[in-house]
Amino acid sequence: MVESFSDGISSPLEGTLQMQIFEARGLNKIYHMGEVDVVALKDVDFDLFAGEMLVLLGASGSGKSTLLNILGGLDTPTSGVVKYQNVLLSHSDEKELTQYRRKHVGFVFQFYNLIPSLTALENVALVTEIADSPMRPEEALELVELGERLNHFPSQLSGGEQQRVAIARAVAKRPNVLLCDEPTGALDVETGIVVLKALQKVNQEVGTAVAIITHNAAISAIGDRVVQMSSGRIIENIRNEHKSSLDDIVW
Amino acid sequence: MRAISKKLFRDLWHHRGQMISIAAVTATAIMTVLTMRGTYESLYEARESYYQTSRFPDVWANLERAPESVRSLIQQIEGVSVVDTRVTFASTLDLENQVTPAVGRFYSAAPPSEMLGALHLRSGRWVSENDRNQVMVSEKFALANSFSEGDTLKAIINGRLRYLEIIATAISPEHSYAVPPGSLFPDDEQYGILWMSRQAMGAAFNMEGAFNEVALIIASNADIRHVQAELDQILKPYGGLGSYTRATQISNLILESELNSNKQMGTMIPAIFLAIVAFLLNIVLNRLISTQRQEIAVLKAFGYTNLDVGLFYLKFAYVAVIGGAIIGIFGGVWLGDLMVTVYRDYFDFPDLAYSLSPQLLAISISISFLAATVGALSGVRSAISLPPAEAMRPQAPARFSIGLIEHFAVLKKLPSATRMVVRNIERRPGKTLFSAIGVAFSVAILVIGLFMFDGMYYMMDLQFNVAQREDLTVSFNRPLPERVRFELGRLDGVNRVEFNRMVPIRIIKGALKRDMAITGRNVGDELNRIVHSDGSIMPLSLSGIIVSKYLADNLLIEAGDLVQVEVLEGARRIENVRVVSIVDDFLGINAYMHLETLHDLVGGPHLITGANLAVMGDAQADVAKKLSAIPMIANVSSPSRGFDLFKKQMSESLFVGIFFLVGFSSIISIAVIYNGARISLSERGRELASLRVLGFSKKEVSVLLFSEQAVITIFSIPIGWYIGKELSRISIAQIASETYRFPFMVDWETYMFSALITILAAIGSSMIVRRRLNNYDLISVLKTRD
Repeated sequence: MVESFSDGISSPLEGTLQMQIFEARGLNKIYHMGEVDVVALKDVDFDLFAGEMLVLLGASGSGKSTLLNILGGLDTPTSGVVKYQNVLLSHSDEKELTQYRRKHVGFVFQFYNLIPSLTALENVALVTEIADSPMRPEEALELVELGERLNHFPSQLSGGEQQRVAIARAVAKRPNVLLCDEPTGALDVETGIVVLKALQKVNQEVGTAVAIITHNAAISAIGDRVVQMSSGRIIENIRNEHKSSLDDIVW
Repeated sequence: MRAISKKLFRDLWHHRGQMISIAAVTATAIMTVLTMRGTYESLYEARESYYQTSRFPDVWANLERAPESVRSLIQQIEGVSVVDTRVTFASTLDLENQVTPAVGRFYSAAPPSEMLGALHLRSGRWVSENDRNQVMVSEKFALANSFSEGDTLKAIINGRLRYLEIIATAISPEHSYAVPPGSLFPDDEQYGILWMSRQAMGAAFNMEGAFNEVALIIASNADIRHVQAELDQILKPYGGLGSYTRATQISNLILESELNSNKQMGTMIPAIFLAIVAFLLNIVLNRLISTQRQEIAVLKAFGYTNLDVGLFYLKFAYVAVIGGAIIGIFGGVWLGDLMVTVYRDYFDFPDLAYSLSPQLLAISISISFLAATVGALSGVRSAISLPPAEAMRPQAPARFSIGLIEHFAVLKKLPSATRMVVRNIERRPGKTLFSAIGVAFSVAILVIGLFMFDGMYYMMDLQFNVAQREDLTVSFNRPLPERVRFELGRLDGVNRVEFNRMVPIRIIKGALKRDMAITGRNVGDELNRIVHSDGSIMPLSLSGIIVSKYLADNLLIEAGDLVQVEVLEGARRIENVRVVSIVDDFLGINAYMHLETLHDLVGGPHLITGANLAVMGDAQADVAKKLSAIPMIANVSSPSRGFDLFKKQMSESLFVGIFFLVGFSSIISIAVIYNGARISLSERGRELASLRVLGFSKKEVSVLLFSEQAVITIFSIPIGWYIGKELSRISIAQIASETYRFPFMVDWETYMFSALITILAAIGSSMIVRRRLNNYDLISVLKTRD
């Protein structure tokens, strides 16, 4: 272990723009499903830089979720190396990965996965209570423009609102990176755009690197960089020189 | 096999932990029914058939002495079918291996065909009428002292040492449970029943042509009270001590109370367990059905009828019950057999064996199915009423609100994780409450089982360390002048002598009456005292009478009342006496009076019937031996021996008792906590997976999952104590009898122990569920829709 996750890693605000957050080399992931082996990732090299907005595009089964899960410390590669700043994720154990998730990375899922028994504010507080130097929960909710609905329970919020609470919850710990797996997958266009705007705002105002997984090519227009995957490989990696405004996007 | 049956098997396999726990609770219910009620039935049957074949009497009466001619008078009482007259005496037996002298209760044995309560010979032959030294002894006494036929027994009969030849061992229905006078437990080493021929008894005890006990069988349609009244009337001139029936015959009484407690336990414990089966099936099936909404919809969409779907889930419940029933039947028969074996050591029945009646089996199984059906009903009903289209949609998200608890100021600052626990509990208060009540029964069962020992120990401790503090209790075989106390005091090693007089009396209050003995004693008595259930010593007043609370309750006597006391000996005077106080005591029914006042009541010379001695420590055996050699002394006993005997028996039954109680209680708490935790995990798996993704450690997540179960367990403990205490109070009232009453009290150790076992069981079952939580696949959980 090079360094522990509990200390010694700089916050995104202190780093330079081009500082590498993730550096993955030669990643392979094979799932053993009964008698067949499913190859989810094949020799993938991948980088994510501080402050960047990245869209990971690909069809279902292309391996994008597997990559994101490995980056997020939810899964480990079969072979290859993943470095988070200068820490080797691919060699971390369960406890270290938990600490990593607790302090450094935020998740947003397609199904918001809020705790139904806690209000919006409390769902965010759940994370700020265990983080090192978090935002105030109210602050995180204001960031996603939900400052008015702090005391609503998930069952009292719309899908878009729930997803924004999820974003506030993910960002409140001031993570270096936000990993979003199909964040608009369960939402209609307008609501989806509100959610994406929230992500953009987090990226621009807090400086958090954001990686968005989507099968929806329209969304790639908002990324600084677009990485396309197919059958477990990265087939395209383009820097997007002409980012569109979210208001122009339709799907 | 049909596909739906395959689904049933696989679903059952998937939920095997829960099914096994429910089956275990069912098994315990059936097992306790078959053990306790089965033993009850077996004992009952054995007793009935033994009483039938041995011609067990309906009425007995003791008297001083009546000529044999009185027999025909008795025979003429309307309703009397058979009369058996006997001669009976207690004597000291000189056993070489015993420190304190043993007591022999001698009876005359009529020829087998004429005898009521006929002896059943275990070995040897019947005594011959002409041989005056032949004796038949009770089998247990023989076994305890390793006597066999041909051995010689030394007895002090009427002041003379006699050598008696043992020619047979026998059992008698009147002494199935042989308890020495004044004791609660059999003492086979020191108390034996001996039978000699009527002639030999007559000669030995100066009772030729006379009898001092009579036993009757009455016609089935006869009025037993009328027979008793007539009998008492006839025996009055002959020193009749009042007749009594089976209800107060000591051996039958103890057997009856044992039968009752088996019957009661065999009903109460299974009822608790079956209620828990119903509760568990209710929560498990409701959860199962809510996770299988889509499957139910698909089945219905394909044309499976509501009946098919309903039966599918009902079968779920029935499989658990069938599994439990099979284990319960085998376990119950095995345990019942074991228990009857234990009973054989206490009750002498010729053919006591465990037998399981088909009715009992059928009833216990049907009631288990009924409990399962009741438990499954609400789940099955919701599965049936689910419209296919609606079932395809996911269930509406759970609604939460800020509950009552959080309005308390102290709790406003709770961390979010703790709020989750509080709100989950508050959202379904019913489920939480029932779970807590379920676990509470595991606490309660321990309290009910153990408090009995607490009460018994307290009672015996009070009896032997506060009330009966004498080293030796002496009783004379006939009333003697008061001055014999000086002779007793002169024996080497005797420090103090207190003397008393016991007189048979009849207490009459209005239409109610009771034959018993009254004890006359002295105000300054230090060794033997009248003690209240709270341990306080009750002073003796110079006038009036003190009676046991049990007697007072039965005869509707209150302190200050006047009662009629009829003396059943001597001049047989009747006088009104004031009840000065009522003593809440534990053993027997008692009446006390100041000795001088009793002398005045009886009239005639001032006589005493026994004494209590304080003896120097090492002289006890020596003094006891010397005393037994004195002709007019019938019995010398040591109360501390009774206490030792009691402690020995109690520690044995306590050990077995604790083993079963801990088992029973753990089965309940494990089943309730395990199923509760499994259901929580199933309902909240997604939530817990989210927390793991947010960086909560496995430990933090388990704490969240199990704190609900922990709260339930902690709540359940005081509820369990309360339920246990109240059920104990009820069973105490039911067990209370003339022979003994348990004081109601629960030691703090019992409370602590019951809580500890339940907590351990809860921790154990949480560990099992925690393994499951640790193996949770975070990603797949989060990627599915609710």
